[in-house]
Amino acid sequence: MKNWPLWEVFIRSKNGLSHKHVGSLHATDSEMAMENARDVYTRRMEGVSIWVVESKHITASNPEESGELFEPAQDKVYRHPTFYNLPNELKHI
Amino acid sequence: MRINLEEQFQAKIDAEVKIEPKDWMPEKYRKTLIRQISQHAHSEIVGMLPEGNWITRAPNLRRKVALLAKVQDEAGHGLYLYSAAETLGADRDQLFRDLHSGKAKYSSIFNYPTLSWADMGAVGWLVDGAAIMNQVMLCRTSYGPYARAMVRICKEESFHQRQGYEIMLTLCNGTPEQKAMAQDALNRWWWPSLMMFGPTDAESTHSEQAMKWKIKRKTNDELRQQFIDVTVEQAEFLGLTIPDPDLKWNEERGHYDFGAIDWEEFWRVVKGGGTMNRNRIKTRTKAFEEGAWVREAANAYAEKQEQKLKSQVA
Repeated sequence: MKNWPLWEVFIRSKNGLSHKHVGSLHATDSEMAMENARDVYTRRMEGVSIWVVESKHITASNPEESGELFEPAQDKVYRHPTFYNLPNELKHI
Repeated sequence: MRINLEEQFQAKIDAEVKIEPKDWMPEKYRKTLIRQISQHAHSEIVGMLPEGNWITRAPNLRRKVALLAKVQDEAGHGLYLYSAAETLGADRDQLFRDLHSGKAKYSSIFNYPTLSWADMGAVGWLVDGAAIMNQVMLCRTSYGPYARAMVRICKEESFHQRQGYEIMLTLCNGTPEQKAMAQDALNRWWWPSLMMFGPTDAESTHSEQAMKWKIKRKTNDELRQQFIDVTVEQAEFLGLTIPDPDLKWNEERGHYDFGAIDWEEFWRVVKGGGTMNRNRIKTRTKAFEEGAWVREAANAYAEKQEQKLKSQVA
């Protein structure tokens, strides 16, 4: 379908929570995408806010490169609270 | 060190790690899922027709709004599933072409006609009931987007079954004619509903690989038995008789024994010999063709807006 790009839909179910990805749909422009997202993904008041983004604007990390991409964090154990030894008697720290 | 992709993939499956769209997967896994998910999507869309048939003849407003909402939900379910199929690289236009040409299948249950208002009760109770059993199982399927679509669908599906059962309850508590109408609907929809779970495990060629890849988490026979065990009580509560003289509780097995399914009928209907096969495809194709002007108008409007933007910038 010409001029019917794919859009990804994100919904915030209630204030305080983040938008979550719920699926995708085809639409000719952002207005149609928004209305279709409302019709398909919020029939039971599942959300208070909708984001629609054309799929082509999303850059996704490549699973094949996950190793290199996430490697820097793997050996930095000192970023975690459990790395630090403090006496058990101490409270609230 | 040679990395065997197939082995890595199977290890993920065995460890209950979900497979997501861009992950490496065997080509057969991808093709099997595209076929299964798109058939599921087609089933939802075609499944709107047997019940759509009765919207204008619902006996009261409560029944009408419920039936309308149910049929709308089925449209949405189809859309979730087409989207899931697209994450695997399927082309939506091609999926529609395959449905209209008869190349793609949909659940054969929808090749049966809805002959009376009581069918709305039987279909909601039994057909959605059977679908729920299958879909709850699929919430744990190995492919992420399919599993997530199933979770969303299951949440919506339970109202469908309750709506149908409520209709059956009202008819069975009504006049003798109403109860007879309900019994007639049960008589016609019982065996086709059992067939929804597909051929027996012994006859099911793809089952083993589908279980190994955790596309399927339970076998056809397991689901069919589960459905029968759960539904018999519901029929008893209605005061209706299930049209199976061999239906009997087996204390030893802890399940109901049931009669032989007519597999000749199953294959006859799957292969095009059901009452409504041609009608369903004709209706879908007509809707698609007659709706072309809407798609073309939306297209033309989008292009016009793009041109407008371009000339403003220039």
